Amino acid sequence: MKPAAFEYHRAHTAAGAVELLTELGDDAKLIAGGQSLVAMMNFRLARPEHLVDITHVDSLRGITVDGSRLRIGALTTHREVEKAGLGVLSAAMRWVGHLPIRTRGTVGGSIAHADATAEWCLLAVLFDARIVAEGPSGVRELRASDFFLGPFTTALEPDELITELVFPHPLPRAALTEYADRRGDFALVAAAVSVEAERVVLGGVGPVPVVATGRDAAAIAGALDLRDEPGISAHYRRGLVRTLVTRAYEEAGRG
Amino acid sequence: MAEPSLRRDGAWVGASVPRREDPRLLAGRGRFVDDIALPGMLHAQFVRSTEAHAEVLGVDLSEVRAVPGVVAAYSAADLDLRDITALLDRPATEFVPTAMPVLARDKVRYVGEPVAIVVAKDAYAAEDGVEAAIVEYAPLEPVVSDLGALAEGAPLVHAEAPRNTLVDVSLFATEGIDAVFAAADTVVEVRSKTGRQNALPLETRGVVAEWDDRDEQLRVQTCTQVPHQVRTVLAQCVGLDEKQVRVTVPDMGGGFGQKCVVGREEIAAAAAALRLRRPVKWIEDRRDALTAAFLAREQRYAVRAAFSASGEILALDADVLCDMGAYSCYPFTAGIEPLMASAEMPGVYRIPAYRVRGRAVTTNKAPTAPYRGVSRPQYVMVMERVMEKAARALGMDAVELRRRNVITVFPYTGVNAITYDPGSYLESLDLCEQTLRDEGWFSRRTAEDKVLGIGFACFSERTGYGSDAFAQRRMQVVPGFDISEIRMDLDGTVSVTTGTLSHGQSHETTMAQIVADRLGVPYDRVKIVQGDTDRITYGWGSFASRSITIGGSAVAAASVKLGDQLREIAAHLLGGDPEAAVLAEGGVRVGDSWLSYPEIADVAYLKAHLLPKGVGPGLQATASFDVAGDGTFSNATHGVVVELDPGTGGVEILRYVCVEDCGVAIHPQVVEGQARGGIAQGIAGALFEEVRYDDAGQPLAPSFMEYKVPTAAEIPDVRIEHLETPCAFTESGAKGAGEGGTIGAPAAVLNAVNDALRHTGIELDDTPIPREAIFRALEVSR
Repeated sequence: MKPAAFEYHRAHTAAGAVELLTELGDDAKLIAGGQSLVAMMNFRLARPEHLVDITHVDSLRGITVDGSRLRIGALTTHREVEKAGLGVLSAAMRWVGHLPIRTRGTVGGSIAHADATAEWCLLAVLFDARIVAEGPSGVRELRASDFFLGPFTTALEPDELITELVFPHPLPRAALTEYADRRGDFALVAAAVSVEAERVVLGGVGPVPVVATGRDAAAIAGALDLRDEPGISAHYRRGLVRTLVTRAYEEAGRG
Repeated sequence: MAEPSLRRDGAWVGASVPRREDPRLLAGRGRFVDDIALPGMLHAQFVRSTEAHAEVLGVDLSEVRAVPGVVAAYSAADLDLRDITALLDRPATEFVPTAMPVLARDKVRYVGEPVAIVVAKDAYAAEDGVEAAIVEYAPLEPVVSDLGALAEGAPLVHAEAPRNTLVDVSLFATEGIDAVFAAADTVVEVRSKTGRQNALPLETRGVVAEWDDRDEQLRVQTCTQVPHQVRTVLAQCVGLDEKQVRVTVPDMGGGFGQKCVVGREEIAAAAAALRLRRPVKWIEDRRDALTAAFLAREQRYAVRAAFSASGEILALDADVLCDMGAYSCYPFTAGIEPLMASAEMPGVYRIPAYRVRGRAVTTNKAPTAPYRGVSRPQYVMVMERVMEKAARALGMDAVELRRRNVITVFPYTGVNAITYDPGSYLESLDLCEQTLRDEGWFSRRTAEDKVLGIGFACFSERTGYGSDAFAQRRMQVVPGFDISEIRMDLDGTVSVTTGTLSHGQSHETTMAQIVADRLGVPYDRVKIVQGDTDRITYGWGSFASRSITIGGSAVAAASVKLGDQLREIAAHLLGGDPEAAVLAEGGVRVGDSWLSYPEIADVAYLKAHLLPKGVGPGLQATASFDVAGDGTFSNATHGVVVELDPGTGGVEILRYVCVEDCGVAIHPQVVEGQARGGIAQGIAGALFEEVRYDDAGQPLAPSFMEYKVPTAAEIPDVRIEHLETPCAFTESGAKGAGEGGTIGAPAAVLNAVNDALRHTGIELDDTPIPREAIFRALEVSR
């Protein structure tokens, strides 16, 4: 399991990374923590001819509070968030892979990868976070609710780079919980809830995070359009949704 | 956990001494196959079949050879190697041999089967080369299940095996058994299917091979459990004399049976090295390890058991069907699983009537090799389900039912013609139950919400199979003995060869403890030599829990012989009776006088004129050991407490207790390590791991995302209690200790889950246990 050959490029600024992406075109991929990309490259499922390393772009790091905005740099690792005392964001990090993965994987990477069960994608949609992207024509802000278009597909242009995520500050009372057979696995079903807004975001029930409202877990589960899959029936998945939404509200209530 | 200590009652055996292996391994200074780098070494990878079942119309390697970095590429036609064929001495109605080509020729029989070898300057280029191979397949309908293999009109994986059946043996059929069933008070039935598993050693398979002109030898360094068998097969495949092949084994990161068979890739890589006259390395990557390596454990049981009204088991009737994949492995053949199950299923219970049919079918999956426990995890699980179901049917406590049926008087000759040596079956059952009771689990089970369950497995395992026992299998090569050669050097230290092959079991330490006790030297002055076909006359390697029982007995016997020499020389030099001479404190005491080993060695090597008449120069001895009869049985009882989550079907193991008896434990900490590791693998089979295929025979678990090996987070801490029923005939009183963990865990976990489901009326008998099945069972009862 060795990757196919590639050229390595190192960016030192966000603008420099954008320049490289524009110049190298479709055959280039950004690499930061590499926790999704490198595995895919080793399987030769991904074969970028160029890797643009952005880990030296220091402007992409840092967590700051700016009035009512909590700004998290794209290169912030899951582990850094876990230790930063950021309420539900920090608490949810215990679900992200295993500790070693969390020390390298980044928030920006998770959002850009757009796995529908990923904790950051669910949290972003839950709070309708803003995704700040920089491209050749400048900087723009996208809303999380418009960002995830399909499985592993986002509204990001190929020559754009996520620079930071913006969450509301303070964060409302919320919780995220999930189920998998093993600790650290990708979730079969994940549920994130925001208590006052009675807003629910589900992962594992569609190609993108699915939004629902209310506190009636059975009704929420019942309304989903689910299909039987090998090893996991629609009935079971619905049962997991019911369980996890209930438990997420319980956890958020305790917090 | 057993505390490290230096001596137990003045002996090395029985003490958990610091391991000889640890300093280098813990400092990262061990030498594994992938650490080996030779000048000019090339890297190999394999073009592998993408079809589960197909004719091979053409293999075009022209583009491969043009890839930058590629040095050579060979197909079966290029290398022209003899096939690997394992045989049983049984009639065609019972056994059909299958020749396994080193590289596939006109047919491929599983996804991942090696078709060509690509050799390049590094592993990256080798993979680039593999991608450029063009293989033309004419797909055939695949056989992807055991029942599919037996179905009327099923395609044939091997033309010479009708109904895809490689083995069909009825070892036992007690006369009148049907009448016993007809008259019985209670008959229970168990139908059970276990999932296909991967032994999954942390270190994947691999080899570094080179032809050496000075020694006129093909030197092969490989992580194999069976170096002499690899030597023989390799020499035959490539057409060399055996002495022109040397197989050595460096440090190993586990084998568990996957490496106790001869692999095709190691032969192909060695053949490429021979052809190129350059060193060639092959390291199996994890994707190939998960899909194309030897697999195990996929079995289907249909079992009936008859019981009297008071709970005595009267008869057992079993049909065992094993999915052995595309070929027989060498040397064990496809018979390894069905014959083990058939011969040993009665286990710890007194069963007066027994009938069994054991079959192996061939399918388009990677072939089956032995995996720690070999069929015993499966049939113990089935027998323990029998006990649970019978208890329920009879309205009896399941532990009490076992009490009524375990063998308690030894030696016991069973209906399966095996004589069981003394064990502690009942004692282990009682202690395990009592331990869980003392910890309060039975009270919690009654009081708690209906999701707590307690399950048991009471079982024995045969270890130390000698030639007699293996001969019963009718293998063409009959393993069993071990030969050990011991030598004392001028400084009084000792080196000892063993034909066994430690691949993580600590033999460098445990065998040294055995020698140390016999010769009265510290165990760290004893060097154990293994894994070198040039230095070891012959060996069978390590599998079937044979190393300490047989290998350890051979090293002990060789030590005793050397001791006799030392006493004779010392008595001669000091003027005394050799019979009265005693080995002590690194020397020999004769009366009030004492000579150190170096002093005796000085005479034996440097002043030979002073030796007694009839005693030759040097200090060395050879001894062998074999087991006549049926081997020796270790036993254990495992008790497991699980809690189920009705909201998700999730399973948490709250407590795991193992009461085990492996006779005299050479090194208690090593024994516990063996139990813990085996238990983790057993839990994996019960709850997590399964190698699955789609309808086209494509593997569905090519990575750890789909093949759910449990992590440390899923495995509970295990409480281990020891009993000791010494073996009467091994030199140290030890029985085998390597496999018990895997054997008991699936049964105990499955029984615990079913106990937690006792209010639902639903029973689960297949593994791995699907969480959805648990969810649905609990849903219905809520």
